[in-house]
Amino acid sequence: MTESKTLIHLENVFFAYPDGRAVLNNLQFDFYKNDKIGLMGANGTGKTTLFHVIMGLRKPDKGSITLFGKPVSKEKHFAKVRHRIGLLFQDADDQLFCPTVLEDVTFGPLNLGLSKKEATRIAKETLTSLGLAGYEERITHKLSGGEKRMVSLATVLAMKPEALLLDEPTTGLDDQTKARLTEVLQVLDISRIVISHDFDFLSKVTEGVYLMEDGKIITDADIHVHQHVHAHAHGAHRHEHK
Amino acid sequence: MINEPFAAGTSIIHKLGPRYRIVIAVLYAFIVAVSYQFPVLILSLCISAIMAVCAQLNFRALVQRLLLVNVFILFFWIVLPLTGGGDIQFYVGPLPVYKNGILMSARITLKSNAILLSLISLIATMPFSVAGQALHALKVSDKIVHLLLISYRYIFVLEQEYRRLITAARIRGFKAGNNIHTLKTVAYLAGMLLVRAVRRAERVHQAMLCRGFKGKYYCLASFKPSYGNWIFTTFMAIIIICLAVMEWGNI
Ligand SMILES: Nc1ncnc2c1ncn2[C@@H]1O[C@H](COP(=O)(O)OP(=O)(O)OP(=O)(O)O)[C@@H](O)[C@H]1O
Ligand SMILES: [Mg+2]
Repeated sequence: MTESKTLIHLENVFFAYPDGRAVLNNLQFDFYKNDKIGLMGANGTGKTTLFHVIMGLRKPDKGSITLFGKPVSKEKHFAKVRHRIGLLFQDADDQLFCPTVLEDVTFGPLNLGLSKKEATRIAKETLTSLGLAGYEERITHKLSGGEKRMVSLATVLAMKPEALLLDEPTTGLDDQTKARLTEVLQVLDISRIVISHDFDFLSKVTEGVYLMEDGKIITDADIHVHQHVHAHAHGAHRHEHK
Repeated sequence: MINEPFAAGTSIIHKLGPRYRIVIAVLYAFIVAVSYQFPVLILSLCISAIMAVCAQLNFRALVQRLLLVNVFILFFWIVLPLTGGGDIQFYVGPLPVYKNGILMSARITLKSNAILLSLISLIATMPFSVAGQALHALKVSDKIVHLLLISYRYIFVLEQEYRRLITAARIRGFKAGNNIHTLKTVAYLAGMLLVRAVRRAERVHQAMLCRGFKGKYYCLASFKPSYGNWIFTTFMAIIIICLAVMEWGNI
């Protein structure tokens, strides 16, 4: 295994909010290229926090983070690699901050230095692939909750990330939209970690489910009958498949 | 609900280029604001009214807006004639009513309505996002444009949050009254709203960072040149010059 295949590596990470108890407690985690992982856990166990720590939006109190083989600790390190990971926020209202859908989806590509024309092309392509063709000029705050979520996903995918972190992507979606999202994610060949409380959904779009508990990730929990052979049998936590 | 009742439409004004409309509206408003003579003010009110007709504004929404401003102006009519000084026009009971005050109130009324009508016709007739892009194209500072657009985006979210809080209080039997309990609840609501706004700002900033934001704001819109814009601009420029000549020229 070469280092570059490890996309995310967390070692002995501790994190607590200023006013609270430890949310991440000596957490170990490895995430490899082509991994498709579901992450479950009770409310308030720190799943969202974990995503934010990975993205450098919150700094761990202790421990080290390695992204794409490079250690990252300061904002300037994160700023360089952040765009390679696409984070879908739990609340879509946080993610859509431009007046129109097209502006929002092109925001990322433009920041990456693409031309307006190129960015617009990518945005339109992405929207179409999500079944949102014709939404370009819609006003973001007037979209329904489900539409906002799909557009948020478009803003993330438009940056062509190498890994996706999806924070409860199905909340607020009706069955039809959920089915479309499932389909999109099944076709997409991007490494991903998906937080969800919906086991059925996870079993369709991921290849294994981890559990978060007591500030740690439990990879070898008997929570899911793995139907595949893990691509990373060499991982830190070798586990049995039933 | 906060809304933009005039933004959508198919009138001639809606079809004009946003940049031209903004520039003309600003110049026009400026000239009306500094004008003093009644013929000029009355004429400009007529011109503004014609613009409103051209823009095919929703009549009810327009009247609502105008009423709001004119109720405010009513206070000038109460205060200024009584305190204006100068020649006394007549007496209401024992109170002297001054001529200067009446004239001043009349000027304020004409000016405000003329400016308001023109701004509604020219600027409120474009969606806010377009106005932002037009300002950007007019080389207004990136930071200001950005600030405007983001405020616009999140006013709605805050309004929604405010409503959610109010509803939450109501369904648990809260009724506003003149007592400590009401004051306390309102204070909680205001505090909650503030906390949520700050949290929201923090998360939006994070979302922007995640999408590679480095402090530079890009603008997508490119505005097409058209003859209509130039005809409009020339026409309005002539009107503005005429108003200026009437005001300051010796005719
Ligand atoms: N901004 C904050 N300030 C202080 N404490 C916070 C903050 N955000 C979250 N917490 C606390 O941190 C803990 C973990 O929160 P987190 O949002 O990561 O949970 P989660 O696993 O995503 O939960 P859910 O399934 O409900 O989304 C919770 O106990 C929460 O109260
Ligand atoms: Mg969460």
